Amino acid sequence: MTAPLLSVRDLHVTFGLDEGSVRAVDGVSFDVLPGQVVGIVGESGCGKSVTMRSILQLVDEPGQIKKGEILYRMRAANGQGESVIDLTKLAKRGAQMRAIRGAEIALIPQEPMAAFSPVHTVGDQIIEAIQLHHRQWRPDGSGLSRAEAREIVVDLFRDVGISMPEQRVDAYSWQLSGGLRQRAMIAMALSCKPRLLIADEPTTAIDVTTQAQVLALLRELQRKYGTAIIFITHDLGVIAQMANSVVVMYLGRVAEQGPVDAIFHAPKHPYTRALLRSIPSIVGQTQVALPTIAGTLPHPFNRPSGCPYHPRCDERKGPECAARVPSLEPVDQGQSVSCFLHHDSSDTQ
Amino acid sequence: MTASHSVDSRQPLLQIRDLRKFFPITAGVFNKTVGHVRAVDDVSFDVFEGETLGLVGESGCGKTTTSRCILRAVDPTSGQILFRRKNDEIVDLAKLTRDELQPLRAEIQMIFQDPFGSLNPRMTLFDNVGEPLLVNGMTNRSERTDRVADLLKLVGLRPEFMHRFPHAFSGGQRQRIGIARALSTNPRLVVADEPVSALDVSVQAQVLNLLLELQSRLGLTFLFVAHDLSVVRHISDRVAVMYVGQLVELAPTKTLFSRPRHPYTSALMRAVPVPDPRIPVGEVTLKGEVPSPANPPSGCYFHPRCRFATDRCKVETPALREPSPGHFVRCHFADELDLTTAF
Ligand SMILES: Nc1ncnc2c1ncn2[C@@H]1O[C@H](COP(=O)(O)OP(=O)(O)O)[C@@H](O)[C@H]1O
Ligand SMILES: Nc1ncnc2c1ncn2[C@@H]1O[C@H](COP(=O)(O)OP(=O)(O)O)[C@@H](O)[C@H]1O
Ligand code: SF4
Ligand code: SF4
Ligand SMILES: [Mg+2]
Ligand SMILES: [Mg+2]
Repeated sequence: MTAPLLSVRDLHVTFGLDEGSVRAVDGVSFDVLPGQVVGIVGESGCGKSVTMRSILQLVDEPGQIKKGEILYRMRAANGQGESVIDLTKLAKRGAQMRAIRGAEIALIPQEPMAAFSPVHTVGDQIIEAIQLHHRQWRPDGSGLSRAEAREIVVDLFRDVGISMPEQRVDAYSWQLSGGLRQRAMIAMALSCKPRLLIADEPTTAIDVTTQAQVLALLRELQRKYGTAIIFITHDLGVIAQMANSVVVMYLGRVAEQGPVDAIFHAPKHPYTRALLRSIPSIVGQTQVALPTIAGTLPHPFNRPSGCPYHPRCDERKGPECAARVPSLEPVDQGQSVSCFLHHDSSDTQ
Repeated sequence: MTASHSVDSRQPLLQIRDLRKFFPITAGVFNKTVGHVRAVDDVSFDVFEGETLGLVGESGCGKTTTSRCILRAVDPTSGQILFRRKNDEIVDLAKLTRDELQPLRAEIQMIFQDPFGSLNPRMTLFDNVGEPLLVNGMTNRSERTDRVADLLKLVGLRPEFMHRFPHAFSGGQRQRIGIARALSTNPRLVVADEPVSALDVSVQAQVLNLLLELQSRLGLTFLFVAHDLSVVRHISDRVAVMYVGQLVELAPTKTLFSRPRHPYTSALMRAVPVPDPRIPVGEVTLKGEVPSPANPPSGCYFHPRCRFATDRCKVETPALREPSPGHFVRCHFADELDLTTAF
């Protein structure tokens, strides 16, 4: 069994607000194996972005990691050997965390507009990152000149399918179309050769045709460089195409996790099953009522007791569903589920 | 040739003929016009009474501008927008003055992608949903209260919500409020511009079901604009495909998805990721970017990206033709190409 590159264990993140405290992430666990694509799905507000930002210690105030570990298998500075470190223990603005951001783990954030500064050219911002993490390109520590870093950016732009890369390097982000900005964002994320790429809904704002190109690009990078990818999307079609394994989240917890084929063809959690039924298929019967999930997502201040899905669950097992919180337990080949239909273990809350 | 429907006996409610909307591009201190964005560039189609016509295409291809022309939120540059009124009188919405349009506003309503943008955050649901009623002459408050209560029930919201403000509602509930507001005047035509695009899949399913149910209960006619092909396929009787301001294909939904005749339509369909990991990922057939409508390519607007393009395509603009009854396509080789899809 391959050791995971990243292992998130029982992560809890809370936002203390005037109105009360929001348990945005409430006991999330999952692993990312080297070179694997992990897809994360779940309705908006279920804690996907906060989980990802926790990995890089970028959770916005007043968010706080309350509990849990984020274990990352890090390359030694001299390139010889690896050691496992707990990212939650690192200082947010410390040298070690800064060395990890970009060079080991890169994030394509949900808001591509916010990722680039409007007052510097896109190229300048990537050149700066490359010069900062020059060891990724020159392990001997000899550094990179501006002209050399610029050459790397032009090559990266070409790799991500930006036409006229020499000119585009000098553009400001607001001068680029949505599709080009997305590609520039991917080039930025790849500029320091990360081992783990986190893509937070990278194709939500772009057309299917551009999306198909971006997905093909990410697949190619993953094959070529063995980059592990965490891919967040609400599009189950994209998950089916991209992911090796899938994490389904609901209200800050993992409902189910498993290999992509099992999640789509043998889903075990009632939420996963309902989610899959509710999407209009490109081959199914048309103009008929789609199966829906009853009710609405509870307000974050108003978390249900017991299983967070119990008020909406159409397969509810019994009184235990409202009384205890089912823990995430392995039930099948690499598949884990938080549901009493499949086991009887619960988490203490 | 126009996209009227030779096999359908239903009456058209809306007939769009040679519609154009060009936005001027200005420069310099005197705002001299230096060019035009051809946002809608020779579009013709019919919408039949009681049907849903889906309108798809990549962003920037003119879907919203077409919708805004029908609502007369913008004034068309040329062309006709023929609307059949309740009394069967046919009026050209493109030619009417603001005053002449006023009595027609009740018959044509719009639902937006961002329902929040169309709701006033400082007004309660009663005022938001009831405003079109007031504008259309229902001045009696208790009569309006009854009607708003009925409308909220119709879209699956509790009438007690009437006195709350929009911010108290989730995205899906706000879209229901937007739908209630649009239906308040008993419209016959509803133009829905990306009404479910911002919603999570589970909420999207609820809103799609609501729209289907309302259509059969109230006999509504929908022009349904969206970029998600699975959603459009699910809800539409017929589907129109736009590319750089032009209509390139229009056909009954099943025909379009099983046997598209325009290379753009088939490439668009192939780009949709299928939610089944056992279906192998197809190769990317549509590369490059959508051309700017300020500077469209010569000949067929699709030729720089079309894998079937010939020299003729670079110089000669294809006309919209009807190679089989009810199937309209703008391609020189529509009869010869084999474009069957995986669907
Ligand atoms: N800056 C913040 N301030 C307060 N609450 C926040 C903030 N960011 C996120 N949250 C809370 O955390 C929850 C999870 O948010 P997020 O991770 O962004 O969801 P997702 O990415 O799955 O849509 C939200 O329901 C929200 O209430
Ligand atoms: N008010 C406007 N002024 C200038 N150009 C516009 C205006 N509205 C839309 N456009 C342009 O018209 C084209 C079509 O836009 P739109 O109808 O919004 O497309 P879609 O809804 O299909 O994404 C785009 O190139 C857009 O930039
Ligand atoms: S634990 Fe109970 S309520 Fe929760 S998903 Fe399973 S059956 Fe449904
Ligand atoms: S006319 Fe030519 S370029 Fe245009 S779609 Fe047909 S084959 Fe392609
Ligand atoms: Mg998010
Ligand atoms: Mg639009």
